[in-house]
Amino acid sequence: MPPSSSHMKQYWKKNLQTLVILLSIWFMVSFGCGILWVEELNAYRVGGFKLGFWFAQQGSIYSFVALIFVYVVRMNWLDQKFNVNED
Amino acid sequence: MDLLTWTYLLVGLSFALYIGIAIYFRAGSTSEFYVAGGGVSPLANGLATAADWMSAASFMSMAGIISFSGYDGSVYLMGWTGGYVLLALLLAPYLRKFGKFTVPDFVGDRYYSNKARVVAVVCALFISFTYVAGQMRGVGIVFSRYLELPIEWGVVIGMAIVFFYAVLGGMKGITYTQVAQYCVLIFAYLVPAIFISMQLTGNPIPQLGIGSAVADGVPLLDKLDGLLSELGFAAYTSGTKSTTDLFMITLALMVGTAGLPHVIVRFFTVPKVKDARLSAGYALVFIAILYTTAPAVAAFGIYNTLQSTSNQPIASLPPWVQNWEQTKLIQIEDKNGDGKVQYLADPVSNELRIDKDIMVLASPEIANLPNWVVGLVAAGAMAAALSTAAGLLLVISTSISRDLFKTFRPDMSEKKELRIARLAAAGAVLLAGYFGINPPGFVAEVVAFAFGLAASSFFPVILLGIFSTRVNREGATAGMLTGLLFTVSYITYFKFVSPELNSAEHWWWGISPEGIGSLGMALNFLVCFVVSWMTPPPPSEVQQLIQDIRIPKGAGKASDH
Repeated sequence: MPPSSSHMKQYWKKNLQTLVILLSIWFMVSFGCGILWVEELNAYRVGGFKLGFWFAQQGSIYSFVALIFVYVVRMNWLDQKFNVNED
Repeated sequence: MDLLTWTYLLVGLSFALYIGIAIYFRAGSTSEFYVAGGGVSPLANGLATAADWMSAASFMSMAGIISFSGYDGSVYLMGWTGGYVLLALLLAPYLRKFGKFTVPDFVGDRYYSNKARVVAVVCALFISFTYVAGQMRGVGIVFSRYLELPIEWGVVIGMAIVFFYAVLGGMKGITYTQVAQYCVLIFAYLVPAIFISMQLTGNPIPQLGIGSAVADGVPLLDKLDGLLSELGFAAYTSGTKSTTDLFMITLALMVGTAGLPHVIVRFFTVPKVKDARLSAGYALVFIAILYTTAPAVAAFGIYNTLQSTSNQPIASLPPWVQNWEQTKLIQIEDKNGDGKVQYLADPVSNELRIDKDIMVLASPEIANLPNWVVGLVAAGAMAAALSTAAGLLLVISTSISRDLFKTFRPDMSEKKELRIARLAAAGAVLLAGYFGINPPGFVAEVVAFAFGLAASSFFPVILLGIFSTRVNREGATAGMLTGLLFTVSYITYFKFVSPELNSAEHWWWGISPEGIGSLGMALNFLVCFVVSWMTPPPPSEVQQLIQDIRIPKGAGKASDH
């Protein structure tokens, strides 16, 4: 049964929403915490790190990894829900 | 066993392993040659992508660059990992669903134009050649430092090895060789890092060690800030680049990473759309292991160097300083004749010059590790350079055999196409070797080119090709050419025409040539939109193609269609 076009539009819309949320976080952990707000965050400390410096050299990278896996789980769920999975 | 024997043994064993794998997994069809038959598991593809991505520069030079630039070095850490988020979320799954072999394939089909395809091929070739010359040079340098061979010999041996497994094995051979190379390189990177972290901070995990205190109870990073400020340098955790420039360089590197053809093509090798997403995640995990260790290696390295050289009597420097002085990677000149080393920010009175590669290459000796670790680091550096070179050579050969020959001679038999692909790979190895032996004086400069070009040409047209049904042939071609010309002109002007003007006050809005790809990308987007809206929309079969790649169902293996 070919999926109806409104069904597919719905799937695509959900996909775009997911992207907007995840890419906003992507922007905030790297360009935000690592570059734009680095001075402000450096006033706080985690262990021997200044927080802004930690985001720039460690935290952003951990966040990137987490973001991709959240995306994988979310998209697999969406594919299932909208029945667009590969066989 | 002595150092040289260990090095020969470990490097030799690793080479034998790569060749064995290449023979076992050699390619028999064009599909196997181009995309490993589309049957690679997401985990194996993640490992291979990580090895493909991490080059001689990531392995040998990145930690050293961070050592000497501190916080400013973060642009490489964020730029070269953040691009994978863009790749995983915006490009890889859709390109996998599209299901052909190359990036120019996608550009040509989506924009129903062989002109656009040729522009894409030219970009792909330029980016890949730029990169591969650097890798060959890297192989030569490792050989000359560890095996005491001339650089030329090192390049020739490296060429022979890559020739063997890239030409014979194609993508299939390369993929499984890269899996092995990842294991070698990450082990070689982590062993010295863990030992140094333990010695300096008592914490065996380098990622935590860099945030721990050294013997006197002061956190390592604060200690570094203090030491460097005393000598007239910027504090380690603050850096000197402007916020605008940091932002633009990071963006150009991220977007450039996502647009590099040898990375994108790896996602054509997995069986399903789902696998493309997952393997991008695996790839970033494996890359992150090295990229979160690198800043620790950087901080430990500069700390150890300062401790053992700054204001120390020249007569009693530790043996590793003396060893590397012989290779000229460390140079000491007692300018004021007081018998001590003064390491200072002021170039006139500074007495110590250290090559950035020291931080990784000398790390086993700095930590007093046994000789086999030194051999291991040599094998790791070699693995990093060879795996990247092989991936790039494959892009070059595919671009020539498929995107050029096959496009204009569509009735060519598969056997003939495979032969042309192998010939092209062979030719590319020879050319890369030539540039490795006679490096153009600007190898370092052209890296800015590779990322700038990928960012300003490929990324916008691929992205819009997936996410917009309105952007058309005219828009994409005009956008690619604008982005490309702008970025090339800016970099050429500041790097080659007037290098004396290459400083912040002459740059446009304070953006360095390294970061200009971001602006080129923005221009590409803008021109692409404006021109597209002024010209007719794409034909209905292309509209259908776009709808089709947005949905995972019915992907099938990557094929010739």
